[in-house]
Amino acid sequence: MSMLRAIFSHPSGRIGGTIVLLYIVVALLGMSGITPHNPLQQFRIDRLHAPSALYWMGTDLFGRDVASRLMNGIGQSFLVAFCSVAIATFAGTVLGLTAAWFGKAWDGLVMRIMDVLLAFPAILLALLIIAVVGPGTWTSVAAIAIVYTPIFTRVVRGPALSIKAREFVDAARTFGSSRRYILTRHLLLNLVAPLTVQVTLALAWSLLTEAGLSFLGLGTQPPASSLGLMLADSRNLMENAPWMLIFPAVAIMISILGFNLLGDALRDILDPKTRRSAP
Amino acid sequence: MSYLARRLLTFPLVMLGVSILVFFAIRMVPGDAITAMLGTEAGLLTPAQRAALAAYFGIDKPILVQYWSWLLGVLQGDLGISVIHGKPALAIILERFPLTLQLALMSMCVALLVGLPAGVFAATRNEKMSDLAVRIFAMIGQSTPNFVVGLLIIYALSAGFGILPTMGEFTPLFTDPLRNLGQMILPAITLGFAFAASVTRISRSAMLDVLSDDYVRTARSKGVPKRSVIWRHALPNALIPVVTLSGVEFGYLLGGAVLVEQIYALPGLGRLVLEAILQRDYALVQGCVLFIAFNFLVVNLLVDLLYVTLDPRIRLGEGN
Repeated sequence: MSMLRAIFSHPSGRIGGTIVLLYIVVALLGMSGITPHNPLQQFRIDRLHAPSALYWMGTDLFGRDVASRLMNGIGQSFLVAFCSVAIATFAGTVLGLTAAWFGKAWDGLVMRIMDVLLAFPAILLALLIIAVVGPGTWTSVAAIAIVYTPIFTRVVRGPALSIKAREFVDAARTFGSSRRYILTRHLLLNLVAPLTVQVTLALAWSLLTEAGLSFLGLGTQPPASSLGLMLADSRNLMENAPWMLIFPAVAIMISILGFNLLGDALRDILDPKTRRSAP
Repeated sequence: MSYLARRLLTFPLVMLGVSILVFFAIRMVPGDAITAMLGTEAGLLTPAQRAALAAYFGIDKPILVQYWSWLLGVLQGDLGISVIHGKPALAIILERFPLTLQLALMSMCVALLVGLPAGVFAATRNEKMSDLAVRIFAMIGQSTPNFVVGLLIIYALSAGFGILPTMGEFTPLFTDPLRNLGQMILPAITLGFAFAASVTRISRSAMLDVLSDDYVRTARSKGVPKRSVIWRHALPNALIPVVTLSGVEFGYLLGGAVLVEQIYALPGLGRLVLEAILQRDYALVQGCVLFIAFNFLVVNLLVDLLYVTLDPRIRLGEGN
């Protein structure tokens, strides 16, 4: 509760938090089918209909309601973003913690593999994975998760190493606390702050990556909707049906903005040291 | 071991890891390589012909032997033959690379030309309305994917002025520089947009840090004009984080070009990767990915070396 209050009393936290909450509601509605129209239904007479009381954001080339597709697409994009970041956070935390704890060969192996993964620009590594497995929603989840795992591993390993060297960990060891207890209670709990910030920012990046992949036709496959896919559909029609471009474009921008603002606010709240030097 | 030596030593190791990853990733593609190469015609082959082809391409050997001979080839500049183009992959990549390099360099110029003055301006008006405005713009800029920027620019031009910037054959820089720059400026702005926002934010915060340093206060109290303090005394020190960011981002620009080249129909390296993936030209995918990762690593290495030159404190720090 105090965390929520802190977020909402921070200027960018208030805006970011509100945006993210609103999007989550829209995403849930869109995924559970509570939309103005069926996102897949084609109203053939009303093809490329401009926004009106019936079709709030107009219709596309097949007469499908843009508002409903947008809600569904936000749900789809959020699903991919949340799943991939959840996987990356879990994998990165386990790898980072064990690398810091066991050190030596395991640490060397894990960190060198992460170095190799970080040697690719994010979208390129995702493209390589998709080239191998084939495009699809769950491929993009896996691809984005693999792309962002190294970042979480690094975020966890550094602080974990310094916490491991602190006296209270030695004390816990001499008391006979089990390895698992020390790793989860002493190390992990102290890493919650940097991890929370990283999760929020990673959500923004993965929304961006997902939109890019589905724009290229390598993410979510039609007839399902996703924000990137809707933008790709709008490319040849933007002059006649600008609503097909504007609404998804603004939806992507604001969602990423929301997570970025929230991430900045969390960084200020949880880690005052970085307040000034943060990019 | 000094930072520099360690950094130089890890470069070939990481590159080796990259080559292993790329090689084995492509081998994990479902289906065999001969079917991938010949498509439906592979069904017409007799088992003997198939075996002969496998022997010819060396794919009947154990996978580690294949990797070794592939690696030896790569070291000699042989990235394999593109099935679609019927040419060596490296030749095609080198044909397409200048465009992507030019695009990345131009968008970096755009980003620095916009971002640095904006960041310095905001820092000198800390917490005033104009600072807030710059920060809001930077935040929005950072949150806009480059392909959305591109689509919106194209829409604004076609709806407002009736121009379609994507039209026409691409002209290389040295054939007709003016025409080439005309074709490249919008893609460069598109690609540099988010980068400009990052430069603004980082130069603002670096400038704020430097402006509160003692030597700046000394200069001010000695009566040095404000403008001279900002541009001559403070800016050079505030540039260090900007240089690091630019280097790291430059590598990303090489990769991020995929989307921008696709939107503006530019025949660059990013579009080549995409075409290769969509057409299942695996030798070309492998070659492109390896080439881009290599460049990315080289740029990162150069940035680290530059960083050491700019900030001698790094050289002495051991870190982990």
